[in-house]
Amino acid sequence: MDVGPERNSLLAYARNWLVGLRSGELGVLPIIGGLLLTAVVFQSLNDNYLTPGNLVNLVSQGAAISTIAMGLVLVLLIGEIDLSVGYVSGVAAVILAQMLLPDGSDLPTGFALLAAVAAGMSIGALHGLLITKLKMPSFVVTLAGLLAWNGVVLMIIGSQGSIIIQDRAVVSLSGSYLTPDVAWAFFGILMVAYSISLVLARRNRMSRNLAVEPAALLLLRIVGLALVAGTVVSVANLSRGIPFVVVLITVLYVVLNYVLTNTRFGVWVYSIGGSIEAARRAGINTDRVRIYVFMIASSMAAIGGIILASRLRSVDSNVGGGSLLLYSIAAAVIGGTSLFGGRGSARSAILGALVIASIDNGLGLLGLGSGQKFTITGLVLLAAVAVDSLSRYGRIQAGRS
Amino acid sequence: MTDAPLLELRGVSKNFGAVQALKDVDMTINPGEIVALVGDNGSGKSTLVKSVAGIHQVSSGAILLNGEPFAIRSPRDSADLGIQVVYQDLALADNLDVVENMFLGREQTNKLGKLDHNGMECRALEVLDQLAVTTIRSVRQPVASLSGGQRQSVAVSKAVMWSAKIVLLDEPTAALGVEQTRHVLDLVLRLGQQGLGVVLISHNLHDVFEVADRIVALRLGQKVAELDRRTATQTEVVEAITFGRVSSVPGQSGATTS
Repeated sequence: MDVGPERNSLLAYARNWLVGLRSGELGVLPIIGGLLLTAVVFQSLNDNYLTPGNLVNLVSQGAAISTIAMGLVLVLLIGEIDLSVGYVSGVAAVILAQMLLPDGSDLPTGFALLAAVAAGMSIGALHGLLITKLKMPSFVVTLAGLLAWNGVVLMIIGSQGSIIIQDRAVVSLSGSYLTPDVAWAFFGILMVAYSISLVLARRNRMSRNLAVEPAALLLLRIVGLALVAGTVVSVANLSRGIPFVVVLITVLYVVLNYVLTNTRFGVWVYSIGGSIEAARRAGINTDRVRIYVFMIASSMAAIGGIILASRLRSVDSNVGGGSLLLYSIAAAVIGGTSLFGGRGSARSAILGALVIASIDNGLGLLGLGSGQKFTITGLVLLAAVAVDSLSRYGRIQAGRS
Repeated sequence: MTDAPLLELRGVSKNFGAVQALKDVDMTINPGEIVALVGDNGSGKSTLVKSVAGIHQVSSGAILLNGEPFAIRSPRDSADLGIQVVYQDLALADNLDVVENMFLGREQTNKLGKLDHNGMECRALEVLDQLAVTTIRSVRQPVASLSGGQRQSVAVSKAVMWSAKIVLLDEPTAALGVEQTRHVLDLVLRLGQQGLGVVLISHNLHDVFEVADRIVALRLGQKVAELDRRTATQTEVVEAITFGRVSSVPGQSGATTS
């Protein structure tokens, strides 16, 4: 390998990155800063925060939020909002619990899971149709949804108050952990797939004489991911191990990220957020894309609801309520998805959910009540939106809008 | 190819209810020819372009391509016939990069539906190169980071890439600085050199005289002058735009009826 020029171009990349940073292309920096800050603050206040056991807990707590937030990212990308995802996840959870009641009907678990997700998808289709065909603002449609689906949850639960989930498979979704060997195998598969995809993409570009990143940067990416993921696996293995939901979320993330970056649908989603008029003139059926986006968001919410029900092992009349909706929106935004549409990524949902879960978990460890939790999380959300607004201002100043 | 012009309008009229926006307009564009369409606000320039682009349908008259009449009912129809319009507001998505914008709505994929990012990038570079657009440093930067002139170049290149035979440019230099205007005008000239028919709508007579072969002046929806750039003077064009003799003034009695 030719080291000299590689090093130079890596320097050039670093310089470009700095220039971008100054003009408001912050990337994941605010998140990493936020995670480090919460870690330092909470660890200094309570020694239990950075223990393997608590970190595994934290990841489980963030699972439902990150799933719901991934769906919300798509909605935010097209410049809309979905306020109903909290109770849509509740509806899915209640349907699942109700179908799996040990009342002798013996419905297969897979069928109940599918029904719950299908319910979410249909709700999304309904929202999407109202928004596109009746040209109603998504804010209003999903605000009405927030109320109405809450009502549906209450009606299905009825006088039972709460439903205990006894189905083994559903409970083990959140309640099972990978053994160390399996976790390392999963890590290995992930790393190999990631490395191969990067190297192949680079080769393809080189064969076509297109500009490529310096090989050193590519190596840095692979080593970086290996370090982070390796640390997570080692630490988790000191406790109960990697929760199975992490595998599920990783799969959902990989699929969603692929859809956003490697399919026509993905480009269309971004184009609608950037300029719906440009998308329309390009011949894109913008209504259909928007309906699909709301269907995906509600389906992801349903999966989030299933994860939540599985963790709590029961569903009560509060399911899908409380802070779930706002935490999910906050996660997407804190992760760097713009509320102004057109900017964001699947990654932001997961990173943002980590930040939210860290704060929630840390404040819980300190024994603070909901009052303090909500206030502090609200302030963090405000800070994240301020970063978004200010960096947007910076981009406009730098002509990058 | 026959002697028939690339694009011909024959007696094109367009009414919006009682308002006659275009009246009996004849116009021809030959391959490699740059025709400037000038006129004051409300003279019917935009209506004419939108009729050719398929956004409006003409009330009467015919639009002929290579001597054959076509009914253009939608923007799709006109695009299929090789007519591309570059609008004033550009119709680019700011958050997408240059390549994504050039292929928006017509992305190339492999058999599995995966976007062929590299193939599209190569094709985009080829077209930019062919049009000698050298001011864009990276085709993977978002369009938002480009200057007005660069965005105009992207929009024009997009039109050319989709095998346009006729390009209609709506006020391409309206919001541009001196140097950027220079780049766009050079680009317009190159379009002509490559055998495309170009219709340039402009308020700026300086630009018009710099690149156009012929100048068509509209006033109150009627063609009032068709001048050869080599023999015409700016004064003549201004007179046509402002005082050009029209057969009838809509909404005013006493004018010659036709």
